[in-house]
Amino acid sequence: MTTQSLRGDAVGIEQVTKIYGEGANAVAALKGVSLTIGDNEFFTLLGPSGCGKTTLLRILAGFEQVSAGKVFLFGEEIEQLPPNRRPINTVFQHYALFPHMTVEENIAFGLKRLGREPAEIRARVGEVMEIVRLGGFAHRRPGQLSGGQQQRVALARALAPQPKILLLDEPLSALDLKLRQQMRVELKQIQENTGITFIFVTHDQEEALAMSDRIAVMSQGEVQQLGTAQEIYERPNNRFVADFIGDANILAVTVLGDDDGSGYRRCRTAQGMEILCAGSGAPGSTPHVSIRPERIAIGAVGSMADGIACDVERVVYLGTNRQFLVCLADGLKLTVLVPNALRAGSELQPGDKAVIHVPPGTAQLLKD
Amino acid sequence: MARARIDLKRYPAFGTLTWACIVLLYAPMLVIMIYSFNELRSITNWGGFSLAWYWKAITNPQLHAATFNSIVVALSAATLGTVLALCAALAMSRGRRLRYQDTGFAIINLPLMVPEIVTAIGSLVFFLAVGIQLGLLTIIIAHTVFCIPFAYLPIAARLQGIEGYYEEAARDLYASRWETFRFVTLPLMLPGVIAGYMLAFIVSLDDFIITNMVAGPGATTLPMAIYGMVRTGFTPEINAISTMMLLVSALFVSASYLIGRAGDRKYNAQ
Ligand SMILES: Nc1ncnc2c1ncn2[C@@H]1O[C@H](COP(=O)(O)OP(=O)(O)O)[C@@H](O)[C@H]1O
Ligand SMILES: [Mg+2]
Repeated sequence: MTTQSLRGDAVGIEQVTKIYGEGANAVAALKGVSLTIGDNEFFTLLGPSGCGKTTLLRILAGFEQVSAGKVFLFGEEIEQLPPNRRPINTVFQHYALFPHMTVEENIAFGLKRLGREPAEIRARVGEVMEIVRLGGFAHRRPGQLSGGQQQRVALARALAPQPKILLLDEPLSALDLKLRQQMRVELKQIQENTGITFIFVTHDQEEALAMSDRIAVMSQGEVQQLGTAQEIYERPNNRFVADFIGDANILAVTVLGDDDGSGYRRCRTAQGMEILCAGSGAPGSTPHVSIRPERIAIGAVGSMADGIACDVERVVYLGTNRQFLVCLADGLKLTVLVPNALRAGSELQPGDKAVIHVPPGTAQLLKD
Repeated sequence: MARARIDLKRYPAFGTLTWACIVLLYAPMLVIMIYSFNELRSITNWGGFSLAWYWKAITNPQLHAATFNSIVVALSAATLGTVLALCAALAMSRGRRLRYQDTGFAIINLPLMVPEIVTAIGSLVFFLAVGIQLGLLTIIIAHTVFCIPFAYLPIAARLQGIEGYYEEAARDLYASRWETFRFVTLPLMLPGVIAGYMLAFIVSLDDFIITNMVAGPGATTLPMAIYGMVRTGFTPEINAISTMMLLVSALFVSASYLIGRAGDRKYNAQ
């Protein structure tokens, strides 16, 4: 990636490495991360706790210096700029609302520091309080608000100065499920209406899939995969991503070669079953494949023409779906997920014989 | 912790011991206060209620000068001490970790541990050696030194309770370093600063040993004036002055405590 290619993007991160501490205590929080984020994009950093998401946000906000690499904002290197000179605002994980100021004063803080006119400040504060639906709370203090309301104040405060980039560090993690789902929709709407680039951090894959234009899946200080929700879910490119996003059957296979008719790779599982897999792999290599449980069809014996016989070992009723654990004749165990609305396999009980079908290309070859 | 603790109050001697302590500590003060209202010129024989000794104390011109000196010293020393303590607390808990941080902490708090008479003699020798004229200035310098730890402790405690992310939020919202301190750090730590200031003010107002040593002729403070009066004869006038000082001390210490606690409650409520 060259500097030139980053010019048009809102954010460019080039080979960024961050090492905390020195000598024996050194911790590498980021190991050569490169990515670009487009203007007006809802971009999500997704990964388990400790993978370096907060560190990357803090580098963008200006609270941490990179150990190596470059950070660009609209093509300008911003490494030298202190946090107060960057057109970037943050919604902090713990909100960090100023406890000695009212809601109104909190929201006006950034505008005042930018030296805006009092009339303009008043208008803008009213406007963002409308956006986050906080009317009537102007004179309360943060201590007198619920978690959800504090979250809205934090959002309003960060939106008020109309930053070019908004950083959100797990902003919904402290809310209960219903509120969290509601805020997902609202956040997405606010992002679309304001046109501000959102960089959203979460460890919740469902949240990431629901809101993002693009997602960077991170693990141990590295970006594992970068793509849209659909790309990441349907075409995970390594074992970590397949395992972390959603449920997956992960099997070891041997690549036999290309399948002439379909353009897929013919592979054989350790137990001897042959499947057609998407993705690339050299003949003779032994990678893993991922098969999403909901892509496998299941039915009673005789319900499918080319079904593979299996034993039903366990059935779990999950409300929307029904989950089956099946064991093939060759000993391979697979998880299968069927919507209850389809009624397929609804009569199957543990101990029954059944058949499954893995459509060509549903298995995705992974890099390890 | 859910583990049952040993309840000290269940021990047989506990009640007796508590009362012995309370009586020993407060009975003398109570006696002083009662006899300040004595009609007679005695501090042991009660002769009826009167406010005459208070009137005498209030109108005593010698005490006026001493009180004025005490207040000048206490205001100056508490102000200087608090500013220095504030800087020290900020340096210790914000910014990068200093190289001799623990040593620094010990030095700041040294006046709490060194016997006062040693500090007094040390200060006197120092002033004489350097050649500073003994007087109000030397008292103020000596008081500032021992005011620092009294101001430092509540300020540092308060600063410790303020999460670093408030300051980061301010920086994120376009505040310069100074604006961050002015609009976020200082208001949040203000209860600690006020508590520290009041504590420093009162220990300066009450000090006798160090003051007496470094005062020089002419610069008499209130505790020194009281001591002088005691030596020439004990009348209920002294009781009256002592009672008034006690009242002022109690007011300041309680206010300092209440302000500190109110600050904690207000800002740590979330
Ligand atoms: N200030 C710091 N000093 C030392 N190590 C840190 C510091 N901040 C984060 N780390 C370490 O860096 C790694 C990444 O942390 P972080 O960016 O907070 O991860 P995440 O936000 O994804 O949970 C972790 O191993 C963490 O312990
Ligand atoms: Mg984090």
